[in-house]
Amino acid sequence: MKAAPTTASVPGKRSMTVRAWIANYGVYVALALLVVINAIITPHFLTVDNFRLQLIQTAPVLIVALGMAMVIGTKGIDLSVGSVMALSAAIMPLYIGYGTVPAILVGILAGGLSGLMIGVLVSYFGIQPIVATLAVLIGGRGLANVIGGEIKNLSDPGLAALGSGSVLGIPYSVLSAVILVLIVAFLMRRTTFGIMVEAIGGNKLAAELAGIRIRTVLVSVYVLSGLLAAFAGVLVAARSQASDPRTLGLLMELSAIAAVVIGGTSLAGGKVRILGTVGGALLMQLIVSTLVSHNIPDSVSQMVQAVVIVVAVALQVGRRKT
Amino acid sequence: MLALAARGLNKSFSGVHVLHDVDFSLRPGTIHTIVGENGAGKSTLIKSLTGVYQAETGSIELAGAEVRFNHPSQAQDAGVSTVYQEVNLVPLLSVARNIFLGREPRNRLGLIDLRALNRRAAEVVRDLGIDVDVTAELGVLGLGVQQMIALARAVTTEARVVIMDEPTSSLERREVEVLFSVARRLRDQGVGIVFISHRLDELWELCDEVTILRDGRVVHTGPMHELDRRSLISAMLGRDIAEHGVTSFTESDSSETAAEVVLEAKDLSAPGRLHSVDVTVREGEIVGLAGLLGSGRSEIVKAIYGGLETSSGQITVEGRTVRRGSVPAALRAGIALLSEDRKAEGIVPELSVRDNIILGILPRVSNAGVLSNRRIDELVEQWIRRLGIKVSSSTQLLSELSGGNQQKMLIARWLCTEPSAFLLDEPTRGIDVGAKQEVQALIDELAEKGMAVVLISSETEELVAGSDTILVLRDGEISEVLTDDQVDNARLLSALVDGGQR
Repeated sequence: MKAAPTTASVPGKRSMTVRAWIANYGVYVALALLVVINAIITPHFLTVDNFRLQLIQTAPVLIVALGMAMVIGTKGIDLSVGSVMALSAAIMPLYIGYGTVPAILVGILAGGLSGLMIGVLVSYFGIQPIVATLAVLIGGRGLANVIGGEIKNLSDPGLAALGSGSVLGIPYSVLSAVILVLIVAFLMRRTTFGIMVEAIGGNKLAAELAGIRIRTVLVSVYVLSGLLAAFAGVLVAARSQASDPRTLGLLMELSAIAAVVIGGTSLAGGKVRILGTVGGALLMQLIVSTLVSHNIPDSVSQMVQAVVIVVAVALQVGRRKT
Repeated sequence: MLALAARGLNKSFSGVHVLHDVDFSLRPGTIHTIVGENGAGKSTLIKSLTGVYQAETGSIELAGAEVRFNHPSQAQDAGVSTVYQEVNLVPLLSVARNIFLGREPRNRLGLIDLRALNRRAAEVVRDLGIDVDVTAELGVLGLGVQQMIALARAVTTEARVVIMDEPTSSLERREVEVLFSVARRLRDQGVGIVFISHRLDELWELCDEVTILRDGRVVHTGPMHELDRRSLISAMLGRDIAEHGVTSFTESDSSETAAEVVLEAKDLSAPGRLHSVDVTVREGEIVGLAGLLGSGRSEIVKAIYGGLETSSGQITVEGRTVRRGSVPAALRAGIALLSEDRKAEGIVPELSVRDNIILGILPRVSNAGVLSNRRIDELVEQWIRRLGIKVSSSTQLLSELSGGNQQKMLIARWLCTEPSAFLLDEPTRGIDVGAKQEVQALIDELAEKGMAVVLISSETEELVAGSDTILVLRDGEISEVLTDDQVDNARLLSALVDGGQR
């Protein structure tokens, strides 16, 4: 297909392809490399238990990152996700008396409402996404503290099952993450919603003149991000059997953005890469666990993560210039 | 010695030759205007002179010495200052800080000497006859004052050449006069000034010399006063049809019979842009909109399409009223708009050709939001074949296509919506000759099949050849309507010229 004479090639494109390839697929290569290295140097790495642990720890970040990827696809950003996690976890204990499912649903609903509010602020009032979601990052955490107060024990059998149970050896949290990845990937690849999201991020004015209802799409994207973040909050609370509104989901927005960016989704919007986001989330988790299992302090692992993020973004800046 | 001289500049973008051997000479102590319609190469020339673009061949001399600007800052350092329509200063800093930005007077400690700064800035603005408090924040001042501060900055950088690119387009008359007096003062100090404006009357008021560009070539250069309005406009727009009459529109008029009215806009007004405009397009008719830049021709089609806020008016398609100000409503009613600005308002470069084509008909190619690949592939393949869009596959990214193919893709997008009225704003601008003829032939074919077409073009010849009726616009109003055998180049040119001398 490359040799097709009809292709209008851009001058200088060839010299950029290596870089573009790394930006697109580098995350998978890095992931594979890290797995190989760990298999050699880390004892007990290639065990089912270890893989299960890694996946369980990746699940919440990944779920949040799915919503983040969609928001970033529209050229937005969602800083509220960490606080939304805390909010949903703080609300759940209040309704746990009505049963496990109602409590979870109310927690998730809270995330949806927060997303709705952000979406309306962004699309109807023209407030920049970073400002609107920063407000919720601060205010949402405060609200979670008011509602949740101290650390609350969540000793509910249903939640306990969600947190640590599994089906056919696959933990519920991992299973739900996989299902959500499939749903969001379907949404992005096979539905009109996916095209609208990318069109808005790629050229908002053109999308508007093509008759796309920008506001509706933007509100939906922030609502989805809120719902996903809230569900991640439920999972974390269920796993720890407790809800601590002061620390739950703290800095999650940064981990999620990192996963999205490392996965090759440009912060400039217009493209959503779901599989890349999965790779990005796994890579970040694996970097941390590799360093931890070799007794390297947390501070070093943070610095390593920073380097990975910068490299990922630098590669994308290069791609933009083509 | 010339203040600024360009010799034999050539520049092309993705295969389209935009400047052909352009020569340009600016003498010190003169105000020189460059005129030309959209796409004539005016802005490319300016950008080549100021280092935004680099011409492929040709040389640029500044005060007799050959220079090469690889970046706008190099041009600025060498003494070529540019004042743009959008002021490129820092709105949150004071007037004085802006004037001396990057060259602030320092005190003994190396810190900015605010007192000296304000004193010197006050001198500069007083010398130029501008009445403004130099300690005021720039952003709170009127746009006219900001333009003048940009000029004042140019003065203090000891610029030998000042380029003013449409500085007056958003100014009131009073502000324009002050700006002109500042410009004249600069000229009298020996600075060479390039002045660009689409308000033609201003040119005779201010300029000493004129260079006219058409299709990327210089067609005239000489003293301003030797040229009257008519000859200027003919030189700018008019081409001898016998010599260049190569459009692919056929001459047969299919609108002889009184066909059904398809699109009707009545009393369409938009504050400051359109004043009570009526447009009627019948089945199979091509209605041309003519007018100089800023006459409101693009605004009309935008307003009909719902993309421009209107204050009054009624739009009907096949007798049914269309809600104003809503693009989805216009699309549903069967109106499509090929926008003038392909980059800003048309293409989504990061999406595939396929996704770009179906952008306007998403509901039609999906069931409950889920895309139907079969229907999409059918439709996309069909249009790629019919319009001869050159792609390696329909999943190729749009940004990899040439301008002509991008334009055809956009036409495919709108034809997918099966419009009964198609509004085409400069459909052939910026595409190569081959693609241009294909697009023209296509427009003809669409009209023949009964579509109502509105055509905007700054090439009079294209309008004359393509249109059955031409509406001539001036200052947001229709000043003349040319029908049937009145549609010829001479008639159109005189309508464009005389329309302004009421």
